[in-house]
Amino acid sequence: MADNVTPRVRVPRDASAGDSVSVRTLISHPMESGVRRDGDGNIIPRQIINRFTCEFNGENVIDVTLEPAISTNPYFQFEAIVNETGTFQFTWYDDDGSVYEETADITVS
Amino acid sequence: MDVSRRQFVGTGLVAAAAFFGLPRIASAEALEDAINAFTSGADTASDGITLIAPEIAENGNTVPIEVDAPGAAAIMLLAAGNPSPDVATFNFGPAAGRQSVSTRIRLAGEQEVIAFARMPDGSFKQARQNVRVTIGGCGG
Amino acid sequence: MTKKTLLGGGAIGALAILFAGVGVADIDEEESLIVNGEIEMITEAAAPDHLDGSLSTIYSGWRFRSDETQAIQADDFDNPAFIFVDQAITEFNTVMGSEGNSCASCHSPGDFEMTRSTYPQWDEERGEVQTVEMQIIECQTERMGMEEPYAYDAQVMRNMSALVSSEGRGQVVNVAIDGPAQSAWEEGREIYYTRFGQLELSCANCHEQNYGNNIRADHLSQGMINGFPTYRLKQANLVSVHNRFRGCIRDTRAETFPVGSPEFVALELYVQSRANGLTIEGPAVRN
Repeated sequence: MADNVTPRVRVPRDASAGDSVSVRTLISHPMESGVRRDGDGNIIPRQIINRFTCEFNGENVIDVTLEPAISTNPYFQFEAIVNETGTFQFTWYDDDGSVYEETADITVS
Repeated sequence: MDVSRRQFVGTGLVAAAAFFGLPRIASAEALEDAINAFTSGADTASDGITLIAPEIAENGNTVPIEVDAPGAAAIMLLAAGNPSPDVATFNFGPAAGRQSVSTRIRLAGEQEVIAFARMPDGSFKQARQNVRVTIGGCGG
Repeated sequence: MTKKTLLGGGAIGALAILFAGVGVADIDEEESLIVNGEIEMITEAAAPDHLDGSLSTIYSGWRFRSDETQAIQADDFDNPAFIFVDQAITEFNTVMGSEGNSCASCHSPGDFEMTRSTYPQWDEERGEVQTVEMQIIECQTERMGMEEPYAYDAQVMRNMSALVSSEGRGQVVNVAIDGPAQSAWEEGREIYYTRFGQLELSCANCHEQNYGNNIRADHLSQGMINGFPTYRLKQANLVSVHNRFRGCIRDTRAETFPVGSPEFVALELYVQSRANGLTIEGPAVRN
């Protein structure tokens, strides 16, 4: 598992039904591309977050396939429709099999 | 302000050409394969898709870009001059508010960033932008 | 004291290519930085008196960066440095050392509001100018009973330094240059104006005489450190002041002073004093 992989997410605290809200996500991850070499000239093996998904109350908002060209500490900002109060579920999948999760609640009136 | 510096125009131009040379294409074949995997060779329209990238990226490690294709089912991002052209594919679900995403990508040098959108009716859109990438100097 | 340049025409040619630029002070006018919609930054101010006219206006490094880079700093979520501040907060609450205390046993982060803007500063008890790193090491060894305090430029130290800076954002830089700190300040000033290395460049050659110009593809700032430790897009990580000093001097092809050395402590005091009047922005985002 990569060290110190920490997700952070930001959604508004509340919204009106039918609003499209801005969602921002960041995860601290080196996104080792697999093309860099170490001091001895050996390739540093690839290790990246290769997939990110976001759901709201079980419904899919976005499903991202990431390649090594996504920068260190992958950042995504996108929008989600919220029709009722509920919970966002965020999931990041690492090459090494680790899965990182985070949730965020929103009150919708 | 030190005004006594002299400029050798010829050497300046050569240096400039080296920094802002022709855009890279890492592998035309890899790029075509990546595009065909998404579009199956279909024609693309250029309306209805917006790609926002800086004209000059301050550092190739972290280049902010934004892509928007109203109504799209999926958007694929490519970097024509990277060692491998694939950057990301965004699949939008039923709860997506807009079919748009902002992210930060790595660019190995000056090159075209390309976005393809697949629409629900099976048609495709395409947008391209050339991005110059400054690769430091004395930035340490 | 300036060392003589012995290389003659070749050096001047090299410098001319290096300084082929886009014009003096290529800074966008009328730009303002308000972080999180609430912290108002001063990114432009009258130069402090001690500069004696060598600069008339001082600018934060933020002003020299592209629009996209500037935007990343405007919000604590968009600013990736806060990943590291979060890690520091976890460390802050972690017990370390034989006394069984964490930083939080004696401090809350809010205590550090005035720290970054007044450091480096003279420590009466130790009889020397201290940087924030030195202060942290002092706490860890002398009060927390840690046998192995943080290394001066380790990730954990940079994270903690970023936490300290973040609490001080918006405070006006105001380091003391007189009194007991004066001789260190003067030593720092002398280093600033000394040419180093095969390229015979001093800090002033780039940051005082050529700010706004390009050196190869780098857009030169005035070299202010009010944004440190800074998240550099290049490293995608925090970079400390001494690490940056080392990088700059290495780029002149010289042997550098080590991080934490008295020379770099003196230089840090002097360089921070050049920003007296700007606000603390750290951890900032730079290229």
